[in-house]
Formats: sequence, structure tokens, C-alpha cells
Amino acid sequence: MAIDSEKCNACAACVEACPAHVFQVVDENPYDPLSAQALTIVREDKRKTLRDACAPCKPRTGERLLPCVAACTAGAIAHSW
Amino acid sequence: MLDGAQTEYWRWAETNWVNPEIDWKKARVIAAGVDVGSVSSQAVIMADGALYCYGNRRTGSRSPDSAVDALNFALAKTDLRPEHIHYCIGTGYGRVNVPMADRTVTEIACHAKGAHFIYGPAVRTVLDVGGQDIKAIRCDQNGKVVNFVMNDKCAAGTGRGMEVFADLLSIPIAEVGDRSFQVEKAPPPVSCTCVVYAKSEALKLLRKGLSTNEVLAAYCAAMAERIYSLLARVGVEPAFAITGGMAKNRGVIDRLKKKVGLEPLTMTYDAQLAGAIGAALFAHALVTQGKGRKK
Repeated sequence: MAIDSEKCNACAACVEACPAHVFQVVDENPYDPLSAQALTIVREDKRKTLRDACAPCKPRTGERLLPCVAACTAGAIAHSW
Repeated sequence: MLDGAQTEYWRWAETNWVNPEIDWKKARVIAAGVDVGSVSSQAVIMADGALYCYGNRRTGSRSPDSAVDALNFALAKTDLRPEHIHYCIGTGYGRVNVPMADRTVTEIACHAKGAHFIYGPAVRTVLDVGGQDIKAIRCDQNGKVVNFVMNDKCAAGTGRGMEVFADLLSIPIAEVGDRSFQVEKAPPPVSCTCVVYAKSEALKLLRKGLSTNEVLAAYCAAMAERIYSLLARVGVEPAFAITGGMAKNRGVIDRLKKKVGLEPLTMTYDAQLAGAIGAALFAHALVTQGKGRKK
């Protein structure tokens, strides 16, 4: 999963939408501590098991609109299938 | 060893340095960066954004002690004391265990920032080959991370792997690079760079009749290949810079250079410092922006 930090407006809609609760809104970009911009990131404890967490939303029958992508007002979330 | 004392071939030199041109007492902001890695720990002090002193030590079994140790080592040749530091940032694997740190920053951000400072704003690709991980980082003209890839749990092709190999072949680690080129014909790279299997791999080659130098050449070539495969995933864009302890190993770097087709920038300071320099720069910036505590 990729969250575009340029687009994300930290509206937290994805935090509500995700059934696996993988998202979290933080005050600053962990890879750019000098920016004061709030940002959505994947929670630390979910990072290494993201494939399992996202699996229930990704049926084998093909791609479909995921709840997080649908909820994202800024169009910042992208998934590789 | 006949005298019973085991020579530790993997032990690389610990260094500390002070910039004689800077008087820290005149500096308005003294910022510190402490990078506690899996194999080495570095501490860097910056006075008004210029490198004042640094210390580079091997990490011990306790991260907090290693952090304090590295800082004390950096300050050893100066009359600057830890309480004079305005802001300190911890980074690296052991960053949560740096007792004097005011806050922590991920090592990815620090390495990009550090490389940006050392090599200048032209740097777009930073390869950090550390003790247990390899990070390929793409950054923009401000030293901000754009993308990165990192090896997962496997330590193959990292500094620790090289230490194990140097020890196995009883060759001081600083000589590995040069000796790997003292071969008549380059042997094919070993198929497996696994640190755990290193011993059986080395023995297999030695039994085949290869010389120690040829075994080193085979291992260095395999490491370069592994590092290159990771680098290819993030894409190499010039200018290309290498940081971390492996930057000191010509055996791997020269082979990697051939694969990438780009001349990597070489470092004026100790190549292991990039992370700590980045952390100190962030500390300096936070203090100047008024976000950091100032004593």
C-alpha cells in the first residue's frame, strides 16, 4: 500500500473506513521531521502484517474498490493487488 | 594462536575526531545526533550547523550504554560536556534506547539528510550498507526522502556478514577489499551470501583449491550482486552516494560500481557517520525553528 504524503490531508476518513484499523493520523511525517504537516500513516504494529490485514477486502475474483480508497477524499491511497 | 589470545579479525578501528577550527563556546546552537546501529554507534556534535566532533564505536550488548559510550567518545578530546548540548536526536535501530535523546527520528530520514549535507544537494540516490541492513533511499534536492527500499530480516550482504567472513578466513577486515583484487582470475560469485552458511560456503571453496584471496573475491562479488538487486528496485539516479561501513570496503564497492555504471561519491568524513550527521542536522533545524528545547 502507498499513501501519497503530498496528497494526504489527514482527514482521517480512512481511519474510520478501514475494518482492520491499519491507519493512524500523526502530527508529522516520520521521514520529514521538519514539516509540520499532519499525515496518515500505517500503524507500526500493522506494517509487517499488512498483507494479512488487507486480505479480507481483496477477493480473489478481481480488483474492486477498497473501503480505504473509496473513503479517501484526497485520492492519496493506492494499493498493489 | 599459540599464545592463546584469539585475534579478532573482524574488529574495525574506532575513531573520534575534533574540528580544530571551531570554538564551540562561540556557537549559539549545539546539536547532537546519536545513531545506535546494530554493529556500530556514532555520536556527532554540530556547532551552528558545522561538524564539530564525532565518535564512532562498536555497539555493545546494551543500547543505552552504547549510546552514552559513543557520545563520551566523541567528547573525549574536547572540553564540551553533555549538559552543554541544546538538543539531541537519537536514530538507528537502538534509537528508543538513547537516554539523552530529546526525541527520535527514523534512520531513513537521517541518512538522506546526512548524505545531503556531506555530498551536497545533487545527491538523489543514497545507498546505506550498514551492519545488519541495506537501505536504498531516493531523495529530493532538500534531502527529503522520496522513496526507499530496505532488506527485510536477512543480513546477507551486510557489514555483519563481512565481519563473519573476515573472521573465518583470518583476514583483518580492513584488508578484505584490497586482497579480494589480488587474484589472477576472478572466481564466480558464491551462490549464497547467507551469514549463517558463510562458514560452509567458505570451506567448500577452500576445499576446491581456491586461495583465501579468491574466496574473498567470490564473496565480495556475491555481496555486490545482492546489494545491486536491492538498489535496482528503487532505481539509481545520479548523483549516487554510498554511506555506512561497507563504503570502506573496496572489494564490494568497486564491483558494485561496475554494475551500476556510476561513480559513487566518496566521503570526506568517516562513511559510517551519515545517520548521526543527519540526526544532528535535524536537531539543529528543530532548535532554530524554535521547536526544540533550548537550555
